[in-house]
Amino acid sequence: MTKQIIVPFGPQHPVLPEPIHLDLVLEDERVVDAIPSIGYIHRGFEKLVEKREFTEYVYIAERTCGICSFIHGATYCQGIEQIMNIEVPERADYLRTIWSEYSRLHSHLLWLGCFADSFGFENLFMAAWRIRERILDVFEQTTGGRVIQGSCKIGGVRRDIANDKLTGMSRDLDSIQKEIEELTTVFLNDDTVRHRTRNIGVLSRDDAYHLGAVGPTARGSGVAIDLRKTGYGAYDRLNVPVITDSCGDCYSRCYVRCKELFTSIDLIQQAITEIPDGPIDVKVTGSPNGEYFMRAEQPRGELVHYLKGNGTKFLVRSRIRTPTLTNIPPLVKMLQGCELADVPVIVLSIDPCISCTER
Amino acid sequence: MGFFEMTKTALKTVLSRPVTILYPYQPAKKTSLTRGHVVQDGSKCISCSICVKKCPSQAILLNKEAKTWQIDRFRCVVCNSCVDTCPTRCLSMDTQYTAPASVQGVEVFTITYVKPPKPEKKEETKE
Repeated sequence: MTKQIIVPFGPQHPVLPEPIHLDLVLEDERVVDAIPSIGYIHRGFEKLVEKREFTEYVYIAERTCGICSFIHGATYCQGIEQIMNIEVPERADYLRTIWSEYSRLHSHLLWLGCFADSFGFENLFMAAWRIRERILDVFEQTTGGRVIQGSCKIGGVRRDIANDKLTGMSRDLDSIQKEIEELTTVFLNDDTVRHRTRNIGVLSRDDAYHLGAVGPTARGSGVAIDLRKTGYGAYDRLNVPVITDSCGDCYSRCYVRCKELFTSIDLIQQAITEIPDGPIDVKVTGSPNGEYFMRAEQPRGELVHYLKGNGTKFLVRSRIRTPTLTNIPPLVKMLQGCELADVPVIVLSIDPCISCTER
Repeated sequence: MGFFEMTKTALKTVLSRPVTILYPYQPAKKTSLTRGHVVQDGSKCISCSICVKKCPSQAILLNKEAKTWQIDRFRCVVCNSCVDTCPTRCLSMDTQYTAPASVQGVEVFTITYVKPPKPEKKEETKE
């Protein structure tokens, strides 16, 4: 039997955007097991809920993650609205959907860049982030913030988008789509990329299901789960296709995300054509009394916000379960049996967002 | 299977100008909604302290005796909450980002608002 050695991977590693630590048990160059440990970036958001009014906690909920911040804020608001039985105006629902899908575009483009970086394709990384910049510009023009939008509030949204601006955004998306098409061709057809991602980090359908994989990680293994199908927000009025691939390797996960970029663009276009006129918020009176599990689809998968109020202005409990947390057991499974040189690519392929995970 | 898929993008990049800017030597991109920093107009502030209560990061302090309104730029998360709730619209959001600083300190604004005297008519009617 070969002698086993343990190689630490992270928390500081050139390929990792955020700190996660993996102890890789190696036999020669082959990874036998991986022991993950988190806890380098804990900020105590869940405790903070007891000290801030539930209306102000939106700003804190949004800062859970720097990439899908809007979806965190919107999910928290939707959860509170469900407890308090608040009917959100239709226009606000559509605006939330539009911003959520822009978040997804931004997140997936960011991920494509980081993924290209993980196998050493720096040029592609910059090409992906150049397109992402245009998405961030739209965020800044419509909400005032590039990364932290701050446009969601309980009972609706804080800012409206004028109809002519929506038409402009729609036109802009057409040209963005062309650029994304060029970009995804490289990811899906280029031989170099394919060589580094095909048959690497394979996660079978059964493993994905039993280990609780969510989002593109699960869909890349052929498990068709997409929370947008549950129809929160305005998704029940839009046509949401679920993209899956059957191979379960890094290439499949990349394929799912590349195709989801076009789904998101399509959903925004649908929402822009269907958006009704009307008010964007309702007045909120009283305090939440009760509990609710709000689930939403983040770019990385299923996000759960558990909220519990006792009739005062301060919530009793807030629990945030983020997709990366549930994707860590599948990640360990993928790493077993791979080569040491493939570890960065596999870790990046689940799109780890550690700040989310540790809240 | 494809080779040279990147050629078109690479050529375009070579022939076009850089998309990045040299901030702070060149000004950052701004829009009319950009949240830069909070500015206070002392002549309108009625010292109601709603902004102090609504600030999620507790960056604002109001001293009614000394008539000062102070903000800690290092704590402020530029969420626009105070601007939205201000009843007299004395707070506004400037589109310019604050300059980087190496020393933490607070920015103090003086409140110059003087409460207008009560109209005399009411007293007359009471009498």
